[in-house]
Amino acid sequence: MAAPVLEVEDLEVDFATEDGVVHAVGGISLSVAPGRMLGIVGESGSGKSVSMLTVMGLTRAENATISGSARLEGRDILTLPTDELRAIRGNDIAMIFQDPLSSLHPLYKVGWQLVEAIQTHQDVSKSAARARAIELLQMVGIPDPKGRVDNYPHEFSGGMRQRAMIAMALTNDPKVLIADEPTTALDVTVQAQILDLIARLQQERDMAVVLITHDLGVVAEHADEIAVMYAGKVVERGPATVIFDAPEHPYTWGLLRSIPRLDRTRGEPLVPIPGRPPSLIALPGGCSFNPRCPYVLDRHRRVEPELEPVNDQNDHSVACLLQPSTRRQLWAELREGKLPETARESVALKDTV
Amino acid sequence: MVRYIIRRLLWVVVLLFLVSFITFLIFYALPSADPATLRAGRSPNPQLVEQIRHNLGLDKSLPHQYFDYMKRLVLHFDFGYSYQNNISVKQQILDRLPASISVAIGSAIVFLITGIGVGIISAIRRRSLLDRATMGLSLVSISAPVYWLGLVSLYLFASDIGKFPVPFLKGAGSYVPFSQDPSIWFQSLLLPWFVLAASFSALYARLLRANLIETMSEDYIRTARAKGLSERRVVFRHGVRSAINPIVTAAGLDLGVLLGGTILVETVFNIPGIGRLAYDSIQNSDLPMIQGTVLIGALFIIVANLIVDIMYAFLDPRVRYS
Repeated sequence: MAAPVLEVEDLEVDFATEDGVVHAVGGISLSVAPGRMLGIVGESGSGKSVSMLTVMGLTRAENATISGSARLEGRDILTLPTDELRAIRGNDIAMIFQDPLSSLHPLYKVGWQLVEAIQTHQDVSKSAARARAIELLQMVGIPDPKGRVDNYPHEFSGGMRQRAMIAMALTNDPKVLIADEPTTALDVTVQAQILDLIARLQQERDMAVVLITHDLGVVAEHADEIAVMYAGKVVERGPATVIFDAPEHPYTWGLLRSIPRLDRTRGEPLVPIPGRPPSLIALPGGCSFNPRCPYVLDRHRRVEPELEPVNDQNDHSVACLLQPSTRRQLWAELREGKLPETARESVALKDTV
Repeated sequence: MVRYIIRRLLWVVVLLFLVSFITFLIFYALPSADPATLRAGRSPNPQLVEQIRHNLGLDKSLPHQYFDYMKRLVLHFDFGYSYQNNISVKQQILDRLPASISVAIGSAIVFLITGIGVGIISAIRRRSLLDRATMGLSLVSISAPVYWLGLVSLYLFASDIGKFPVPFLKGAGSYVPFSQDPSIWFQSLLLPWFVLAASFSALYARLLRANLIETMSEDYIRTARAKGLSERRVVFRHGVRSAINPIVTAAGLDLGVLLGGTILVETVFNIPGIGRLAYDSIQNSDLPMIQGTVLIGALFIIVANLIVDIMYAFLDPRVRYS
């Protein structure tokens, strides 16, 4: 596998607010190689968007404390001066967002916005930029790009707007594309089209993609690696196939059991994860997931788990205090469709020590 | 769009009719000083008063008077003649219009530049000392009555009576038409412009600041930053472009109001504009003149409204009229 193009290490992001310090991202490490797709999965408030916005330099503010590093082709972009960062943003690293209608400027034509993106980083004439804009719209599958280039965003459909956003992000052939919930605001049928488009462009351009989503189903088909985030931390990380077949973290199990799957028995109930994500101002002691974990033991409330490799597999790691053997038993039970409580009983989880 | 404009123009006519009717009712039908008596001199005899009353048509019934007035207005664009000095109302208004336009346009330029400038700076430097200072000052200038501000500014800075006279700030009554002497025209209007603009610019600064702060947290601003644009371009081309729309609307309407004459400023600075004319006519119960100034003021406001509505379709492509 090629060397990673984007490497995030020990990224921490805190925001000082009136209510206290929000620990939005609590030291995460991620990397993605050219031509690969990394899926970051987690609930709202798990820090997945904030971490990537920080990589883009979009969370720089007086009340934000950022530490760690994010190296784009070996160069740390977290500490770059703003004007140097600007030359990279939208050029080497680009981002698309959740709601394409509110993410496009409502008062400018789509073509104008594309031309602006082109001319910001390339010294080309307006007419050349416009020709390139039409080409880009064509590339992302917008019908009649010559006519559509002069439309306003509100004249586009939801899927077309997101295609336009993708076109705008790809104007300068970025090495990394960050897609922040790109399909959440779209119809289900359009979602698949947009994901296929992103995957196709990723292949064609040997581009690294970071796909942020709260829906494991979205990353299932295209992601190569998956990082599951909870309360500002990566709790499990590994190749997509492993995450789906042999997940190790109770939170990942919860996510998997809460989405419908065709390979499951019909009529088997979906099991939601009880409770809500913790406040990022006052995180629970020990494992952050302990208040919602069905398999919590007393010790888990005191000791903070580290992200550690599962067995000897270097590419799969998990931050869980349960014994590896216990985890495997629990997942085996859950896999058969048992409810978490039943699984806990049959494994006879007891506080030792 | 064309149909929309035609429909709106028809409404302009209806509204002007309504305005004329209401002002007629207020000034003719409600008791005020008898215009005939006022014109008859110091010790009028009853025959003379009757004669004047007849000449002015005041002895006819009210509906008849209104009908006569409207007939002349609609057929000949004739506003009648002043009770005070028999000058044609239309002529008088046309004579006074340049002064009012000078005051209105000049102060609009002042309040747009200062309002927009201060609004943008305090929005992007939010919570800074500058922001707090200008927002505090703006509260003061919104609260200060314009006649008070006018008198104070004359007292302090006017070149003739000021305590700290500034040579190029001419005092009250120094107005000359632009065609006569542009330099004096300008100097005589500087104080009125700023005095009239004070509360407007403060309002606009606060409005734009609030709008811009809200706009800067929009998703498309984040997109603009993610594109790698300079912060300057993000603020002006993306932020201000959106936040300015309500300002343009408000400015259009305010300008319409000001063009119809600014009674207080024109009176304080003794500028012979429509406002001053209206003030004098009210003092003299000069009904045709009052009617004329009210109608011309209403016309400006209604037309400004129409222009603003049409302009909005160009400012915001999402707005379409049908």
